[in-house]
Amino acid sequence: MSEDAEKQTVEIFIMGKKYEVPRGLTIMKAMEYSGYQYIRGVGCRGGFCGACATIYRLEGDYKLHTDLACQTTVQDGMYLTQLPFTPAGREGYDLEELDISNNPLLDLYPELARCVSCNTCTKTCPQDLEVMDFVNEAIRGNIKEVAELSFDCIQCGLCAARCPAEIPHHHVAQLARRIYGRYQAPDSVHLEERVEEIEAGQFDEKLNELVNLSKEDLKERYENREIEE
Amino acid sequence: MREIPYYPGCSLKDTAKGFESSAMAVSRELGIELKEIPRWNCCGTVYSLTDDNLMKQLGPLRNLVRSRDEGYESLYTLCSMCDNTLKRANRLVQEDEEKLNKINNFMDQENDYSGEVEVKHYLELLRDELGWEKVMENVKQPLEGINVAPYYGCMLTRPKEIGLDDPHNPSILGELVKSLGGTPVNFPYETECCGSYNTVDKKEIILGKTQTITAGASKAGADLIITSCPLCHFNLDSRQAELLDIAPNHNPVPVIYFTQMMAVAFAKPEVNEFEEHAIDPRPGLDLEKKVVS
Repeated sequence: MSEDAEKQTVEIFIMGKKYEVPRGLTIMKAMEYSGYQYIRGVGCRGGFCGACATIYRLEGDYKLHTDLACQTTVQDGMYLTQLPFTPAGREGYDLEELDISNNPLLDLYPELARCVSCNTCTKTCPQDLEVMDFVNEAIRGNIKEVAELSFDCIQCGLCAARCPAEIPHHHVAQLARRIYGRYQAPDSVHLEERVEEIEAGQFDEKLNELVNLSKEDLKERYENREIEE
Repeated sequence: MREIPYYPGCSLKDTAKGFESSAMAVSRELGIELKEIPRWNCCGTVYSLTDDNLMKQLGPLRNLVRSRDEGYESLYTLCSMCDNTLKRANRLVQEDEEKLNKINNFMDQENDYSGEVEVKHYLELLRDELGWEKVMENVKQPLEGINVAPYYGCMLTRPKEIGLDDPHNPSILGELVKSLGGTPVNFPYETECCGSYNTVDKKEIILGKTQTITAGASKAGADLIITSCPLCHFNLDSRQAELLDIAPNHNPVPVIYFTQMMAVAFAKPEVNEFEEHAIDPRPGLDLEKKVVS
């Protein structure tokens, strides 16, 4: 076994400053190990919320890598920084009032037309989405395709930070999913029925019972709850 | 049925749906299935002449990379602008190895390209691969007595390195008209620019060009104008309708895609979506009546 592999720590650079951290930590844990405290740029710690966008380079590699700090383990020679927020214009709209007859995506985000299909967004996406493909679908006004291709978007904003055409991809895709859900997706009949039941007061009694329980009784109820296999 | 890889471009999915639907229908009559490539992006619309900015060549070239990755050696277009942009980007990298390398380096983890996909316009398929005889065989309703002005615009024949016909005196659309039993009319504006993107913010330029071109066709006796360019179509059709508001004496000439004309001659006029046109080609021309009778 080589000396390197036996080494239990890795050398990383946080905003240019060198730290030695235990091997196997995620970037997020390594930052905390090094003394940083997250106030922004952290959320679920499970790869779902998109708050912990990270940019890094590896020593000797020209490539600019992008990932989520909570999902990526540290490597030797990693030069990294966090991007807790991407400035990207989000247009105001009222979903109920939106004119969807033409192409609402292009109407609200005309910068979509600046896309030159360089594919940088797709290469950047930590979710491995086909971002450029859904931008092209957005230009063509295909709401459903944008909604489907962007379904796993977690709004980290890394694509928007890297785009040479300055498109806010994540906001465009979110709008597409909202329009799709509001106007195009088939109605969910069971949901409508359940809402009717709730409005008719069918669950009021059970809910009130819970609300009026003492903390101890509620705790006991929770501990003895039925857990589906 | 022979399958050929087809690149639609954005306009054929939006303002020029009748172009695509008619092309699909007439192709089937000719034993051709236009198979849309599964993933494609905008062609770039206008070929970038900026010599040192290769970023704008990525869009058109990626379409060719994706066709090649699907196993295709060629890619067929309908829209004149897509045809022009794809062919010129392809030619750029075929002739300039340094630029090709630079583009491949930038595309990085995508597969390298070497200019190996051949871009062809649908008209080239008709003329060079199927032949006018084959077109003639499928005519069920000859366009007898109909005078057609072939309008090439800029993109189909220029520059000559990628043009599919003589840039000054093209004949390919006229040959198609003849194959369908119609009469091509000579008119002096067949390769005149329609004004292109000035339509966005300098509409008056387009109104002037449209008047010149359509009045020229009308004076030459044309019953209709045919084109293969969605932008020319928009300018000559929609803007011509606006022209009537300010020039009431203008004699409107309908503008249709060449594939729509083929659909009429192949007795499939229902695929044409003529109702989307600003100047309805149906009345006056009696095309449908001819088909019915």
